[in-house]
Amino acid sequence: MSTALPAALANTENKGHSHGGSSDGRKTTVPEASRAEWFTSYDVDAFEVPTGREEMWRFTPMKRLANLHTGATSTGAATVSADAPAEVAVETVGRDDERLGKAGVPADRIAAQAYSSFAEATVVTVAKEARASAPVTLTVEGPGAGKVAYGHLAVRAEQFAEATVVIDHRGSGTYADNVEFTLADGAKLTVVSIHDWADDAVHVSSHHASIGRDAVLKHTTVTLGGDLVRVSPTARFADKGAEVDMSGVYFADAGQHFELRTFVDHNQANCTSNVVYKGALQGEGAHTVWIGDVLIRAAAEGTQTYELNRNLLLTDGCRADSVPNLEIETGEIVSAGHASATGRFDDEQLFYLQARGIPEDQARRLVVRGFFHELIHKIAVPEVRERLEAAIEAELEAVGT
Amino acid sequence: MATLEIKDLHVSVATEDGPKEILKGVDLTVKAGETHAIMGPNGSGKSTLSYAVAGHPKYEVTSGAITLDGEDVLEMSVDERARAGLFLAMQYPVEVPGVSMSNFLRSAATAVRGEAPKLRTWVKEVKQQLAELEIDPAFAERSVNEGFSGGEKKRHEILQLALLQPKIAILDETDSGLDVDALRVVSEGVNRYKASGETGVLLITHYTRILRHIKPDFVHVFAGGRVVESGGPELADQLEAEGYVKYAGKQEAAGIA
Ligand SMILES: Nc1ncnc2c1ncn2[C@@H]1O[C@H](COP(=O)(O)OP(=O)(O)OP(=O)(O)O)[C@@H](O)[C@H]1O
Ligand SMILES: [Mg+2]
Repeated sequence: MSTALPAALANTENKGHSHGGSSDGRKTTVPEASRAEWFTSYDVDAFEVPTGREEMWRFTPMKRLANLHTGATSTGAATVSADAPAEVAVETVGRDDERLGKAGVPADRIAAQAYSSFAEATVVTVAKEARASAPVTLTVEGPGAGKVAYGHLAVRAEQFAEATVVIDHRGSGTYADNVEFTLADGAKLTVVSIHDWADDAVHVSSHHASIGRDAVLKHTTVTLGGDLVRVSPTARFADKGAEVDMSGVYFADAGQHFELRTFVDHNQANCTSNVVYKGALQGEGAHTVWIGDVLIRAAAEGTQTYELNRNLLLTDGCRADSVPNLEIETGEIVSAGHASATGRFDDEQLFYLQARGIPEDQARRLVVRGFFHELIHKIAVPEVRERLEAAIEAELEAVGT
Repeated sequence: MATLEIKDLHVSVATEDGPKEILKGVDLTVKAGETHAIMGPNGSGKSTLSYAVAGHPKYEVTSGAITLDGEDVLEMSVDERARAGLFLAMQYPVEVPGVSMSNFLRSAATAVRGEAPKLRTWVKEVKQQLAELEIDPAFAERSVNEGFSGGEKKRHEILQLALLQPKIAILDETDSGLDVDALRVVSEGVNRYKASGETGVLLITHYTRILRHIKPDFVHVFAGGRVVESGGPELADQLEAEGYVKYAGKQEAAGIA
């Protein structure tokens, strides 16, 4: 049985909600069913067709899923092109490749649909003790407007391997996929998943990470474009002493729905997890959702975990949902904390900068850039950092403040 | 010569029970070369006056006028007021995460001076001011005011005063939270700023302590949202001895520092 978080361990902060229905910060809740008991299967038919009332789907506008949840058939293919240094092998393989499906099992119907439907998969391997001399870039181009595609990607870092992988999603169409990260003992993998789709795109993606003894995964999602983007990164530990850092930056415009559902399954002792997601929203109907599940199982003594989500509402008419869930089954943990806050644009900060002569639009840009700064400056790939900074600048130009 | 003129100023703030009038007809003129001290009990509206002059959006001017050299300040946006030569050292400086102090100072100087200062002279200028105010240069890379102690924040307010060289500076309880050493450093900073004789200072304080370092030409007693008495430096001594009891009906001595 899991218990609700003991108050003494929680460090909940839920402040700065704005009124008028434009934002929605929620209190910590234990999900209806414990994460420990969530159903998983590779088989799409093992899942009921969701109605949208389920806990897992209640924030998602089901009508905009292009029937991914009801069994949409594949009518196209996404193109995956790789730019990798010599130390890293990139292969295209068939469904039966035995290296697939190892890092995790689909936990929702669309993930199972993608697993049941993909035609070929990409496998990226960083060999034992190899150190990639440059980042690996995988560009995933959507199937095109009106088309549906399923995909699969497996990234494998063998013992003591080190690499950075950038997955750059662009283009149009509907795409559902599973992405696996398998880190053998002592491996260090940095992943940046960029979702910079065209306005029509629908992307539902499950990331599954299996992290070996003393291995370190740094996983970042960057969500900038698309009509509906829902990414569910899950991390599990294959052995003790591992560490995962999950971060995310998102910027939603009018009408966009971005949903990020992180899950860290502390099933091993002495592992560390850190989850930090930050988002900005602007424009009528911009909607973001962050669900941060952390489960500390009975075996996971010596766990350290922290999660944080902050949202900045730049205009009226947008809504940010933020739900941290922390379930603890053992008392023998080192630390567990979480915080969530959704605030209007900080008028006091703006006033302070303006009171020193800085014009309003410039002051606004400084504040928003500052808000994302701690996450952006940690991104290991300079090109991605610059692209993200430029994208945020462009978003801020667009609002015409 | 710069002149800030405040005439019959009425200011309200929005509360849950509707607008609440805080300033009830303030008259005050500060000219270049003058130092005015405003003293008054807690809650009398001193910060409200300074925010209203700076243009904080929370405070609504319901009637009256503020002009700087005859120009209508109330028509100006917050940043226009600053560029026109008004400066407010805040009682509670705001933290701006992720924006470095150096980026902030340079952006502010560029805005106020109308052009970006030449990098070499700028670096020298900042370095000198940091030294005068005994601020560790490492602060330049920290986020604006984030995690600064109360005293560190106040020193940085005076650093900005020194770099931006406004025509009129309002210092809202810059002395509060300072130990004896910091009070001396900060006061010397203000006195250097005053030294040109071309700038005016409106010094808001609760206590007479800072007035031993920064000599006022005029002292005003502020109570119930208005200036209730004005005089020379001797008025501060009188407040020190008698407190605000006469004005606010409160048993409070001004000298307790
Ligand atoms: N935003 C606000 N909402 C409601 N009341 C306010 C607001 N701002 C100020 N007030 C009230 O206005 C009055 C004057 O406040 P102000 O901060 O100007 O006083 P002060 O003279 O600066 O006090 P202190 O010496 O404590 O700094 C106080 O009663 C205060 O509670
Ligand atoms: Mg005050």
